[in-house]
Amino acid sequence: MSAAVLPVPRDPALGTRLVLVAVALLLLWPAIELAEFDPRKLADPGTLAVMGRFLSTFFPPATSPEFLALVLRSTIETLALATAGMTLAVLLGLPLAMLVSESLSTSRIGPARHAWLGLAARLPVRAVLIFMRSIPEIVWALLFVRAVGLGAAAGVLAIGISYAGMLGKVYFEIFESGDTRPARALLESGSARVHAFAYGIVPVALPELVSYTVYRWECAIRASVVMGFVGAGGLGQQMELSMRMLAGGEVATMLLAFLALVMIADGVSALLRRVLV
Amino acid sequence: MAVIGPSGAGKTSLLRVLGTALRPTRGGLTIGGSDPWRLARPALRRLRARIGTVHQAPPLPPRQRVVTAVLAGRLGAWGFWKGFASLAHPLDIAGARAALARLDLDERLFDRCDRLSGGQLQRVGVARVLYQRPDLILADEPVSALDPQLSDLTVGVLATEAQARGVSLVASLHAVDLALKWFPRIIGLRDGTIAFDLPPARVTRPMLRELYAAESRVVPTQDNEPVALPDARPRAVAGAPPLCR
Repeated sequence: MSAAVLPVPRDPALGTRLVLVAVALLLLWPAIELAEFDPRKLADPGTLAVMGRFLSTFFPPATSPEFLALVLRSTIETLALATAGMTLAVLLGLPLAMLVSESLSTSRIGPARHAWLGLAARLPVRAVLIFMRSIPEIVWALLFVRAVGLGAAAGVLAIGISYAGMLGKVYFEIFESGDTRPARALLESGSARVHAFAYGIVPVALPELVSYTVYRWECAIRASVVMGFVGAGGLGQQMELSMRMLAGGEVATMLLAFLALVMIADGVSALLRRVLV
Repeated sequence: MAVIGPSGAGKTSLLRVLGTALRPTRGGLTIGGSDPWRLARPALRRLRARIGTVHQAPPLPPRQRVVTAVLAGRLGAWGFWKGFASLAHPLDIAGARAALARLDLDERLFDRCDRLSGGQLQRVGVARVLYQRPDLILADEPVSALDPQLSDLTVGVLATEAQARGVSLVASLHAVDLALKWFPRIIGLRDGTIAFDLPPARVTRPMLRELYAAESRVVPTQDNEPVALPDARPRAVAGAPPLCR
């Protein structure tokens, strides 16, 4: 074979790849230094003993009937909090995503005479979305705890606002990444934008929208713990109390309840995807 | 009228301009006595609802059912709530079936669009426009994915629909024989300019040969198209991106 005698060509991408790896390492190193991340500290006998003592209090998990009833009630509250928060987030985020979506823009058909106006009108909406998600949900929670008092309502509002910002951004990206021709064709035959969305974009993007929303719901369940620590209700608030009283067994039981919740969320997501795809 | 001409002649661009999907960079356009690009938004929407376009690649979501895809044709005429109600339960099943039946496709009424072949999908796109009952029907190579027999049926349905309701039909066609058979006015387009604009009886063979001179030595017709035009232009398949020209 003549190919055998030819010199093996060098991979032209090799140089670029080496440079990229070097740049990534160079950038990562200061980040690790700044974060004071030192794995050796983990292996330190003193540290290990402290962690061991903390973890040993987790066992056995608390199983007294009164406590289990409390955990059950808090779990349901957490579920309700996350679900209500997500509902609020979808109700806020979906219309905002539709507003910024270019595939639902009638001024881009043509393009129309003043298409830049439509483009400019989208900027403030994008700014609102960025504002909503740039403030961490825990800060929203602290704010709303002061506004509506301790309890789940503050958690619902915090999740609703900050997750609406995330949903709005990701929904909009999902709309744009799918086939936008069906929606465009409907707009070109005089459909209203909401109808073009319902008939042209939803059928294309539905599985992705649902699976992202359920994933965010799972995140909301987890976020509700963190927010519980600042008094925004649910399992998190109970967990903070137990931690403060150094009742490791109670914390362990509640962590197990959390594990169950996340597994349920995972199952719901898988089920919905199977039904909808 | 039928618009014929080699690929790249500007057939699709012409139809998109007529359908108010593309704003002409030069010159003006008057539809129904007004320039659509000077109309206010609601008026432009009402105008667009009166124009029905059959796209070369049918813009139908794969997960949508055929009945919903056909009924979507009248979204421009329906009110806010009717559009959503019909999404939950198709409000005019009989109307959608009647439109599909004319194209011999009524048995696929409740199938999802991704269960259909490219040719069937293209006929769903035609059925949507039939159901829309527009005052101006535009068809951009509406039969590019159909065999000669179904092409004839489909173009015939469009032509008789336009005639029966007294509305305009502008179709771009690749097969010259279909154009000559069904349309009272033939426009030959080449390099963005009109080469001829004649009734079919006065279109001559040299004219056609001249029109397609740059593309092939043979005039494209249905029966000899695959043989006479090897690789002259890729056959359009459903799902391919809509090309501007």
